[in-house]
Amino acid sequence: MMTIVFSLFLLTMLVIVAVAILRTDNLFTAVMLSGIFSLIMAANFFILDAADVALTEAVIGAGISTVLFLGALALTAEHDRSPPVGSWVPLLTPSALGGVIIFATFQAPRLGDPNAIVHKHVAPWYLEKTPELIDVPNVVTAVLASFRGYDTLGEVFVVFIACIGVMSLLGRVRPLRDSIEEGEFDKRTDNLRHHLLPRVVGKMLVPFIVLFGLYVQFHGDFGPGGGFQAGALIAAGVILYSLVEGGPRGRELVPEWFSSMLVALGAFTYTSVGVASMAMGGRFLDYSALSHDPVHGQHLGILIIEAGVGMTVAGVMITIFHAFSRRGIR
Amino acid sequence: MEVLGLYNYFIFAVLLMIGLYCVLARTNIIKSLIGLSIFQSAVFLLYISMDKIDGGTAPIIQEGVENQIFANPLPQVLILTAIVVGISTTALALAVTVRIKEAYGTIEEDKIQEMDREQ
Repeated sequence: MMTIVFSLFLLTMLVIVAVAILRTDNLFTAVMLSGIFSLIMAANFFILDAADVALTEAVIGAGISTVLFLGALALTAEHDRSPPVGSWVPLLTPSALGGVIIFATFQAPRLGDPNAIVHKHVAPWYLEKTPELIDVPNVVTAVLASFRGYDTLGEVFVVFIACIGVMSLLGRVRPLRDSIEEGEFDKRTDNLRHHLLPRVVGKMLVPFIVLFGLYVQFHGDFGPGGGFQAGALIAAGVILYSLVEGGPRGRELVPEWFSSMLVALGAFTYTSVGVASMAMGGRFLDYSALSHDPVHGQHLGILIIEAGVGMTVAGVMITIFHAFSRRGIR
Repeated sequence: MEVLGLYNYFIFAVLLMIGLYCVLARTNIIKSLIGLSIFQSAVFLLYISMDKIDGGTAPIIQEGVENQIFANPLPQVLILTAIVVGISTTALALAVTVRIKEAYGTIEEDKIQEMDREQ
């Protein structure tokens, strides 16, 4: 009962925060509110029994996404100068569509209905066969890394390509000094070193965040976690360090050649596991071929590809952050 | 109680429409992107709502515990990767926004269109 009340509260909070984001003209406020939005969303995911997703949303939505938006804000504008909305057309379309969707939900199975179609199709097969075929406790990891390994490979490459896109858009050295004023410029490239509290607390947190990231990476088979969350966590640690110490020092900690190499190395590791399993007589990404014992092969394959995913995600997040932060300095 | 079971879907619809309205009504590109990420989160909420099962728990098999009911792992896998892909594409969009600001000096869509027409 308590859970239901809490979840109703969180869901209502989501709408309130979303309306607040819509109404504010200050983009800085909107970005901070969207961080809060993501955190509430993560709590919601946790209540809905999706521990892995909650972890990902908390790291990426509330952490990295907010920082990237702020980085973009520093390079663009702080105020939303949209003209006051005069036309009723933008309001009409969403409300009509929303009405149709709400009408359609009355046909949907209620929340948690065990007889809903989603629970009757392939999901029971995965839950039943995972202990036997893969033998890792976390079924989400098993499906992600092994059963649906192709999809995950595709997603790693989407992230990889997005990173190449950001690098080619922002990578070039071009002065930005002319578009912002001099005093403003100094303020923006500054770091938090002269603020005692953020500096001490922030720097103290960094090793623990990275350590937790490594735990999530290697414990992902047994508990909530895996390469995606771990990569994002480690990147969050590095980004926090860069925020506290300033971009140039962050780039000394993790040089750009290193982070962009991680991006490529992770994707390469993932693919080469697939090729290796082909060479050992199986099909592409069929880890059972990697060892004489199929289940052991699965463990090995999952461990390596999760490491690959972790490297790519961490590399991509750090590279993108550096691309934004460096743009402001030059 | 019957309506409470649909509350998640209502919130999904409302959030989806707030996101869509933000994209349609605001001319500021960053605001539109925030709207787009609200839209995206609403879709995530719909999928994750579908994985919930009464009396269930997160799909992590514990040894020695029999007859556990697990939440559906498939929507979770889908959304887990979608979140990471979502932030990468958002970053790409932000990078394009930064370049637009550098080229036009503004990130308001209507002003950019005006400039384009003048040329």
